Amino acid sequence: MNIVVCMKQVPDTASERTLKPADSTLDRESADALINELDEYAIEEGLRLAEAHGGEVTILSMGPPRATESIRKALSMGADKAVHLVDDGLAGSDALATSAAIAAVLAAIGFDLVILGSESTDARMGVLAALLAERLGVPQLSFASKVEIDGEAIRIHRLTEYGYDQVEASLPAVLSVVEKINEPRYPSFKGIMAAKKKPVETLSLADAGIDPARVGLAASATEVVSFAKRPPRQAGTIVKDEGDGGSKAAEFLAAQKFI
Amino acid sequence: MAEVLVLAEHSGETVKKVTCELLTLARRFGEPAVVWTGPGAEAGAGRLAEFGAAKVYVAAGQEFDDYVVAPKAELLAALVEAGSPAAVLVASTAEGREVAARLAVKTGSGLITDAVGIGDGMVAEQSIFGGAIVVHSRVTAGTPIIAVRPNATTPEPAPGAAEIVPVGTEVSDAAKGARVTGRVVSEGGERPELTEASIVVSGGRGVGNAENFALIERLADALGAAVGASRAATDAGWYPHQFQVGQTGKMVSPQLYLAVGISGAIQHRAGMQTSKTIMVINKDAEAPIFELADFGVVGDLFSVVPQLIDGIQQRSGS
Repeated sequence: MNIVVCMKQVPDTASERTLKPADSTLDRESADALINELDEYAIEEGLRLAEAHGGEVTILSMGPPRATESIRKALSMGADKAVHLVDDGLAGSDALATSAAIAAVLAAIGFDLVILGSESTDARMGVLAALLAERLGVPQLSFASKVEIDGEAIRIHRLTEYGYDQVEASLPAVLSVVEKINEPRYPSFKGIMAAKKKPVETLSLADAGIDPARVGLAASATEVVSFAKRPPRQAGTIVKDEGDGGSKAAEFLAAQKFI
Repeated sequence: MAEVLVLAEHSGETVKKVTCELLTLARRFGEPAVVWTGPGAEAGAGRLAEFGAAKVYVAAGQEFDDYVVAPKAELLAALVEAGSPAAVLVASTAEGREVAARLAVKTGSGLITDAVGIGDGMVAEQSIFGGAIVVHSRVTAGTPIIAVRPNATTPEPAPGAAEIVPVGTEVSDAAKGARVTGRVVSEGGERPELTEASIVVSGGRGVGNAENFALIERLADALGAAVGASRAATDAGWYPHQFQVGQTGKMVSPQLYLAVGISGAIQHRAGMQTSKTIMVINKDAEAPIFELADFGVVGDLFSVVPQLIDGIQQRSGS
């Protein structure tokens, strides 16, 4: 089975993240960069499915040159090879432009199963699986908390507001996973050493046959008008419980007309 | 006046609150028209009329719920093509965003998700990076498709005709790729849905174990609130995963958020920072969650919460 896991390098959620004043795009330099946490579950699921059913796991990442560090980490977890789509012309792509670029690469390299994390911790839109399924014309199996593959059939539990749906489709398909699905492995020393020798193919827009007019900031169908730091919340009232903390809390709720 | 399409969220016959919120927003930019999939539209039309829906486009076929997301996107795309609406509004739930995304591809339109408001010129306000930054953005191509966060708008009634207009119910084979073969509803009981609730009570690491979450549930029930949990609590298996509030869980903006035994790691704050009023109960006075508190109690939750429940019940006379 040919499994492609999409991986995004994102700013560390623990660091202060901001946008660049010049073009209102993500300031990638100002924060530490690492693998989008939810993508680690996608990588793990790809590795488990390849171990169970045979096949190869390819990491596909679109991002600046710096994303190479995260690609190596994904390889050190056990993926076989990687494709890195990197081009200045991609900078500022919105979700639609990003999905157009990634779909073009997926169509070119081929796949039985594409796996993604359910969302990235920076943009938090949670729509890439739907966008890729739409563009590639394959089934959308998103927000999976459980996956089973049986020949050409793939069945998942799709997390919903109220529990989960059982969903069935045929391969090839696009799958996105939630963190409940597994426990990602840590790279072993052997894995880290092996990753250094694994092939990473670097593609420019021209290499991938992507029309530059379809991607990047200028091609995006949305624009940021303005942005600002949220003003800090006004300091509240903090009381120490002297045996009456619960009563004081109830008084506050009553004063605010919640009870 | 151009129409503004609103994709209804409903459970059979009951219209969800977020749909009334979307109708309230839609009225400012055109004539609100609801798009309803599946059965129940006749029963729901009354509620939609109260919030100003002029029309209700109904695709009553069961098939819209039998396949994941794609049929709804296909239906909306046909309506956009036929009616050239001024905008399409959906609820910014996981599924609502996915419908919006596929619709954006189909219609060559821009997509904005998780909007907390829409202003003049259809400029959407978003709150990003865990609420640290407020962004205003707009769609520059095609039909603006905007997913709006539940609970971010106050629903205001306005009369509407809610005229039912049946539309074609054929789902194409292309949209039948992922079939729903079963639905499992986990226990949440009678409590309101987490993202729609006006009050949310969440428990974290300080709750200590799964059994103690009963105390969080008692407090929630006293307030008619939904129950949430921090990632520490869901990862430990103390409370089901779908109730997780935070960076990798649900985003909530209730009128009142009670954080109980939650330290307030960025992971959690990212999911609740935009709540209107925040109350904190935590024994550690240094916990970062107190920075967000409108009212905080530094104390042991196992003595503070029972007393708080008593105080609520005395006042509500139960």
